[in-house]
Amino acid sequence: MTARRRRTAATRTAQYLALLCYLLFLLVPFLWLVSTAFKPPRELGSIDPTWVPHDPTLANFRAAFDEQPLLGAAANSLLAAAGAALLAVVVATPMAYVLARFRTRLARAATGWVVVSQAFPLVLVIIPLFLLLKALHLVDSLGGLTLVYVVWSLPFALWMLTGYVRAVPAELEEAAAVDGAGRVRTLVSVTAPLLVPGIVATGLFAFITAWNEFFFALVLLKSPEKQTMPVVLTHFLGAEGAADLGPLAAAALLATVPSLLLFAVIQRRITGGMLAGAVKS
Amino acid sequence: MTLMTAAKRSSGPRAGAGPRRDHGVWFLVLPALIPILVLSVGPLLYGVALAFTDAQSGRTEPTQWVGLLNFADLFRDTLFWDSFRIGLVWALGVTVPQFFLALGLALLLNEKLRLRWLARALAIVPWAMPEVVVGIMWRLVYHPDAGVLNETLRSFGLGEGRDWLSGLATALPAVIVVGIWSGLPQTTMPLLAGLQNVPRELHEAAAMDGAGAWRRFRTVTWPALRPVALAISALNFIWNFNSFALVFVLTDGGPGGRTRLPMLFAYEEAFRYGQFGYAAAMGLAMVAVVAILLAVYLAGRLRTGEDDR
Repeated sequence: MTARRRRTAATRTAQYLALLCYLLFLLVPFLWLVSTAFKPPRELGSIDPTWVPHDPTLANFRAAFDEQPLLGAAANSLLAAAGAALLAVVVATPMAYVLARFRTRLARAATGWVVVSQAFPLVLVIIPLFLLLKALHLVDSLGGLTLVYVVWSLPFALWMLTGYVRAVPAELEEAAAVDGAGRVRTLVSVTAPLLVPGIVATGLFAFITAWNEFFFALVLLKSPEKQTMPVVLTHFLGAEGAADLGPLAAAALLATVPSLLLFAVIQRRITGGMLAGAVKS
Repeated sequence: MTLMTAAKRSSGPRAGAGPRRDHGVWFLVLPALIPILVLSVGPLLYGVALAFTDAQSGRTEPTQWVGLLNFADLFRDTLFWDSFRIGLVWALGVTVPQFFLALGLALLLNEKLRLRWLARALAIVPWAMPEVVVGIMWRLVYHPDAGVLNETLRSFGLGEGRDWLSGLATALPAVIVVGIWSGLPQTTMPLLAGLQNVPRELHEAAAMDGAGAWRRFRTVTWPALRPVALAISALNFIWNFNSFALVFVLTDGGPGGRTRLPMLFAYEEAFRYGQFGYAAAMGLAMVAVVAILLAVYLAGRLRTGEDDR
């Protein structure tokens, strides 16, 4: 018996060690980014970089704003991401409702397409999109980029929202119909209020995806004053000497903060939704 | 993500509350359908068509059909083949270790360990970060002077370290590590979800029968996990083969093209040199190869799956 208990204890220790290794692997790069962002140039240049800066400074953040139009980039990203998130839930929610409640071939085909199109390399889509948006005078425009983001966020939005609609018992709607409420009335006053948390989570996720997106923004936005955060971040790159790393890290950290905060808000819902989805199957 | 949709769809309609037929709902589908048609279906078909033309950016003469000429050129383009090979090494080099690491992490997170909630929350960090930031962050880690990797090596007396991202031999392995890091949460979460789906009673019964941990994994856990594992690894392979931003930021395809993934190559061809038709042909070749590899993989897996049973 004791031998067995000793073996369980050993297993537990090994498990905690393994978990620690995973956490180190996942977190060390991020902590290094934070550390670099707060280091003064002198420490960045030293041959013995330390984890905790001796003289933490905010100078890198100031320098980052001086070097690149970060404020404008953040505003652009905010506009494109918020617009895309809003439009995505507005167009996806009705379709998700249909997917969850009805069996129409059209909706099935559309979802099938959304899934299949994931497998195609973006280069095949971006050239025609570029030509199309150019013909519509939407190249180098945040509006054009926002439209692309809406379509691009639909796969995940539809998947999440369909799950949330399924979670609303159809009996509730049937009861409302029996009470004489029309279809629109039922949707607006019975189903929609129950869907609000799910719609918010979906919108936030669409926001994060658009805020983080790089490839479309790189191709579709040319004027520096229209570019989004990820594109502007790449302007910091080059053969950077150690002293230039501070502003680079500071800007990168700032660009991450919104995504991390919002993700923390919806994380439970995303993973929870995934777990629920798997359990249902 | 998509794999969950697929899994859910297969569950079929539930009795009573389940989906029903209705032809008056098409107007609810339209708001999503129109953008999908205009900005996804249309462009993709147009893109496929472009592969058979000599389309170039900013040209005044009309674009002509050239048949398979682009593909013939592609076939002789050794740079493209190099890039393709690198793309396959990268996609496999990321997908396979990532899967095993994610499986290990999922198994750990499924245990009743203390601080599990913290680990679960923190494991999400790579998921939330913009890819460009992930690239920048790892450039800081790999930086020859101010990077934490070389600093750690020096402090353990393991030599002076090196310039990882510009070394001909180290660049590709270095970016592969970044690829593994950035996709770990997305791979872990579905696997964890799959694990929580494994019936606990089966585990207990197997333990009662004296089955060891490995045997229990083989006979109880793995059969339940297999569909999710298959789907997530296939999807990861596709996404990795088509990935762009990470390596664009890390090395921009350098040094000497050692990390020039197919997407980077096609991007340069299209938007640096304006060869739209040729770049579209590259895209189509990428789809074809991915489709063939996946078909072989899935067919092989499914067959062995039947043998197991």
